[in-house]
Parts: sequence; C-alpha cells; structure tokens
Amino acid sequence: MALKLDDNIFIAQLDGLASWVRKNSLWPMPFATACCGIELMATASSRYDIARFGSEAMRFSPRQCDVMIVAGRVVMKMVPVMQRIWLQMSEPKWCISMGACASSGGVFDTYSVVQGIDRFLPVDVYVPGCPPRPEQLIRAVLDLQEKVQRTGTINAREFRDRDHYEGPTPLATELPVEELVVAPGNYRTGTRLRLN
Amino acid sequence: MPAYLDVLNAKFPNAFTTSAFRDNQRVQLDAETAPRVLFPLLRTLKEQCGFDMLFEVGGIDYLHYPDAVDRYCVVYGVLNTTTGERLFVKAFANDPDPVLPSAVPLWEGANWMEREVFDMYGIAFTDHPDLRRILMPEEYTSFPLRKDYPLRGHGERHNFQHLTRAES
Amino acid sequence: MPLEAVAQLDDAPEREFLYTLNFGPQHPATHTTLRLVLTLNGETIVKAVPDIGYLHSGFEKLGEDLDFNQYVTVVDRMNYISPFANEVSWHTAVEKLLDIELTPRCQYLRTILAELARISDHLLCIGAAALDLGGLTAFLYAFNEREKIYNVFEAASGQRFHPGYSRVGGLMNDITDDVVELVRHFVRTFPKAHSDVVRLLNRNRIFVDRTKDVGILSKAEAINRSVTGPIARASGVVRDLRKDQPYLAYPELQDTFKVSCATGGDCLARYLVRMEEMIQSANIIAAAVENIPAGPVNVDLEDKLTIPDKQATYRSIEGLIQHFELFMWNRRWKTPINEVYAATETANGELGYYIVADGSGKAWRARTRPPSFIHFALFPHMAEGHQISDVPAILGSLNIIAAELDR
Repeated sequence: MALKLDDNIFIAQLDGLASWVRKNSLWPMPFATACCGIELMATASSRYDIARFGSEAMRFSPRQCDVMIVAGRVVMKMVPVMQRIWLQMSEPKWCISMGACASSGGVFDTYSVVQGIDRFLPVDVYVPGCPPRPEQLIRAVLDLQEKVQRTGTINAREFRDRDHYEGPTPLATELPVEELVVAPGNYRTGTRLRLN
Repeated sequence: MPAYLDVLNAKFPNAFTTSAFRDNQRVQLDAETAPRVLFPLLRTLKEQCGFDMLFEVGGIDYLHYPDAVDRYCVVYGVLNTTTGERLFVKAFANDPDPVLPSAVPLWEGANWMEREVFDMYGIAFTDHPDLRRILMPEEYTSFPLRKDYPLRGHGERHNFQHLTRAES
Repeated sequence: MPLEAVAQLDDAPEREFLYTLNFGPQHPATHTTLRLVLTLNGETIVKAVPDIGYLHSGFEKLGEDLDFNQYVTVVDRMNYISPFANEVSWHTAVEKLLDIELTPRCQYLRTILAELARISDHLLCIGAAALDLGGLTAFLYAFNEREKIYNVFEAASGQRFHPGYSRVGGLMNDITDDVVELVRHFVRTFPKAHSDVVRLLNRNRIFVDRTKDVGILSKAEAINRSVTGPIARASGVVRDLRKDQPYLAYPELQDTFKVSCATGGDCLARYLVRMEEMIQSANIIAAAVENIPAGPVNVDLEDKLTIPDKQATYRSIEGLIQHFELFMWNRRWKTPINEVYAATETANGELGYYIVADGSGKAWRARTRPPSFIHFALFPHMAEGHQISDVPAILGSLNIIAAELDR
C-alpha cells in the first residue's frame, strides 16, 4: 500500500539524520600547543577559511565543542591536562591528531615528549605533515564528516564498542597502573619494542 | 689587554684563568675557588667594569669531555650595554652536590635562568629566592641534560593512564 | 608548588579576601601553553606566579644528538612563527665555530629571508594581540600578509612553514627568479597592508586605552632583567645587534634602516616599536633584493664543509667522497675542541647559541639563549597591580612563543 506524502516531507533513518546534522557543524576545540597551532590559525583565517565546512566556531571551552584538534606535540606535563579537557567535552565528541608530533612524536623522540597522543586518548583522524598544510587539515575535517555520517548513531552506540586500547603497541618500559605519575623506569632499549 | 682584566687581577690575584676563542673572551673559575670568588667577581664586573646586563646563564656537563677536569660548569655571560663588550664567566662545580652562589641579588634576570640550570643539571644556587623546578614536573627526579641521562629518558614519558573511548 | 608561594603573602588580614585564579595552560589568551596562577584582590592582581614547562620537548638534548645540519630541522620549531631566523642564528654560531666566511650571495639571501621572518613574526604578534583585545580584523589582515611570506619560503625551499633551508656554509639550494619576483611583490604591497593595520589600531580607542600605561617596564629594569629586542627598545634601551655587531649583509645595508625605539615602556610602546620595525625590515628587503650579488651560494667545495649538489655528487669522485664524509655518522665536520657563543637579532630579541664542540661533528652542548624565556620572567613584574583584563594585553605585547620558552 503506497503512502502519499507531500513533497516537503522526507523520510530518513533517525541515525542518518542525526549524523547529517552533527557532521555539518563540528565545532573544534583547538588544543594548540605548538607550530601546528599556527597552521590551525591559518586554516581559520581568510585564505583557507574553514568556515566553508562548518568548523569555524572555535570554542575554547571544551564543554561547547564537538571535536578536539590536538595541534602540536604533547609533553609529559601536558598529558593530564589534555586528558582532562577531553573528559570535559560533552558527547558526542571526536578527536583529530594534527601533525607528526601529535600522531607519533615526530622529530622529538626525547625524554619528555609523548610518542603519539593515541597512547592516552582515542583518536579518530590522524593528519600527517610537519606541520600539515591547511588543505590537509580541511581534508581531515571532511574525512571526519564522512566518518560521522557513516558510523554515527543517534544514541552514540558506536562509541560503546570502543572499549579497548586503540594506540600503538605499548613500550616495553611502561609501568603498572599503581606506579603511574612519574617515577624512574627501566629504559634500556629503543623506543618501539614489544612487551614480551 | 682589556681594562676589566686589570681590575680583576688587582682584586682577585691568581683566582681565575682567562681564555679566548674567536671573539669570545672568557674568565674561568675552577671548582675549588668558584663558590668563594664567583659572587664578588660578578659584583666587581657589574659595579666597576660597566658590565650592566647579564644576558645568559647556561649549564654545561663536561662528563668525559676531552681534557675536562671538573664536571659541571655554569656560564654567566655579561654584557656592557654601552660599549657592546661581552665577557663569559665560567664557574665550575663538581659532584656529589654541585653548589654555586646565586647571581639574583645582582641581576633579577638571573632568576629563571638559574632555575633552569637547577632543573636541567641539579646545580643548586645558594641564596636563590625561589629555587624550584621550572620546566620539568615537580615530581620528576632526574636531571635530563646531564650526560649520563639518556636522550629518550628512563621511560617516564609514558607513565600515564590510558583512556578508552567507551569510558571517556 | 606555586600555591604555597601564595600562602606566604605577608599581610595576613588581607588574605581572606584574596582569590586564586588558575589561568591556563589551555586558555585562548595564552595562545600556546603557559599557566599563570593569579592571586586576585577583587579584580586586581596581587601576585602572579607563572608556571611553564608545558611544552618542554628537550631541544637542547636533541642538539647534542644531531649534527649541525640535522639540528636545523629542530631549531626551526623553536620560534615557530619566524623559523628561518632561528636557522640563521644557529648557523651563525656553527659558522663562527668552524670559521667559515659565507659567500656574498648567501649573506644577502639569508638577510632577506631573515627579515621576512621578522615581519611575519611581528605580524602574528600584533594580529594576535589585537585579537585578544577584541579586534579580529587586524588579525585577518596580518594573516593575509603572512600567507605571502609563506609563499616566498615555499618557492625558495619547498616547505611553506618550516623551511629547513639553511645549511652549514650556505643554503640548501640557490633561489630561482620566482622568489625574487615574489619578494618584490611583497615589498610593493606590504606598505598598504601595514597602513591598513595602522588605521585599524593606532587610533582605536579600545586598543589604545587597553594598552597605554599597562605593563610598564623602565629602562633600568629592562637592563637588570636581561631584556633584549623590541621589548627593550620600547623601554628606551637602544640596542640592536644588526647595528651594534653587524653580521651577514647588514654591514652593507646600514643606511637602509634605523633602530626603532620608544620611551614609554608600556604595551602600546611595544606595539608601536614592532609596527615601525616592520617598515624598517621592508626597507632592508627592498634594498637587498635589488642588490643580490651573483655567484655561488655555498662556500667552495674544496673547503669540505658544505654538502655537494647532485651534479658534483654523482659526476665527480671528490664530490662523492665529500658527500660520504659529511653523512657518515663518525666523520662529518672536524671541529676545534672549544666553545663559542654567537647571537643574532631575531624578532623577539637576541637569540644566541652557545656551542661546546668536542671535535666531532656534533655539538657537545647546544645551549640556546631564548628571548621568550627571559621575557616571560618579566610577567609578574609587569602584571602585579594591574587588573585581570590587562593580562591578555601584557601577554600579547610580550609575544611569548611557548616552544622557545620551554624548548
């Protein structure tokens, strides 16, 4: 039995509709620490104008934002701050790791720089480059939009399944949870080694 | 011979040695005399020789350096803002507890630079108003720029909690 | 802990009215990562305790691990709003250590690019300072000009942001005519953009009211606190390394620029000094770009200091050997066992490097004299007694770059 509908009525899945609404106004939380932060500013300013993709509303309060853009290297002293800001953001939220330093430590394989923020946070999109060109960041926003559209659900079911560690193989020298914070470990080997 | 050397020679006979390289002039104080002589020497430079700006304080670790005698060194760079003349005063210190007098009573600018040397090398400065770690976290125990500390650290950088997506 | 320092405040009866505000490390007005613990009495700052190190990435330790050419990549990321100025400073120190006399062409090219870097640094500083005080338009105008400077660096080196263009004894490659044309175009159009910003800000009531007589630094304090660069010049310290110890091509360009100074020592004076310095830099560039000497850009291959180009590497045995020598980890440069300090005038002030060499191709110690670090130490002195709304104005005028601050 065919149902007669007026032309101004659309039928869609609620999940798809919610994702469509969400993806076109992703408000970034610019967690800009270093050089990439300047390219983030360049992306927002007149030549590249990220407003064309609905992401120009940079809000410095994490509670108003949808996507955290970690732009720049994150060091030991900054990790708890970054995690706290991530926890303060309201659902649904996503994370873009902008630049080589945020994604892998980049050229800074030193005692204080975290070798990739995905060891401590769930990351959705990685942007390569040191720093990435503004076009690359815009591409990342578009990729994230596509991801939101494809996997998004209205009650955020897709996040519920991501209950495991998503980062690279842990380092050989990581300490157990009860010894967290900073304590001298037992570093003898290279950076990326398997645990066993 | 520069004019300041006459003043220093008259006031601190045999307490220091001098050296030069390219256009850098240096005055060295070894680990034995430095705690005693450094502060009056800097005061003389400031008050009698016209070196009114302290533009640089940096630490050096000479562990296993060719022909090195003392281990730690703090380099004070002083500048005469009228003539543009520069002089470096190198004061050495040794393990187990390297200590030097602070230059903060003379130049306020030394405050943070000496804190940085303390943070990176563990060289303590007596009479410093606020000697705390400045760059590394408070609970950190090593001194990262010492030569016996590895570039990638002892694994401290990754000892933080993981957050998974479901729990955040 | 900083909070304990607050507890030591002298007048105990006042203390119960004091309020502690944590400012940063993630805050829009800090631009990058600084933290301030402010003790407030109402809106007045009684005590300000800066807490830094949120971007300490071990630059100096890396400098001991990388060789003189590799470290350029890292030095770039130190003051990341004028990367090329850092490279010039680093290689000035290295070349002083190795006693290298640059070719005239290289000196001119480095001068032009370093001055462009200075302009881009000041543009960002002023744009961001205006942004914090509520003027978005000046920020957008400034970024338009920065994009033109990025284009120059991209045409010269292939990277728009961190060029990594300098090499020991020369540059990565010679420039093409496009670069000269882009620089000429920039010099032609820059005064227009500059006057746009001037018209937006110089007589803007809000901007002037919020910067005038805020964060005053006297001349004696500036010298006592080791301040250099535009901040010192805004307080009346007439020092500019480009005039006092001319390096690169500055000896020949002395009559094209003046040292801009002010006597106010407040945020407005610092803003005005930066604006004037941009015009002077544009004059230097305009004069230098028309007088770039011909000839090679690297020092002679015979000196065994520079990386030979592809032609020499693949077609001659000498070039191949030298390439090999410079890239083998146990060969590289033969340095004197000695130490040297050299500084250049960057946009923020005197950026110096103290290199200790142990005879190998790496630095034993690559100490940086970071202007931002020294300038941020001024903050409590400038801010105490002012209102909380003056904090963005003071931070904006100090131009703190966190990567240079923390290294």
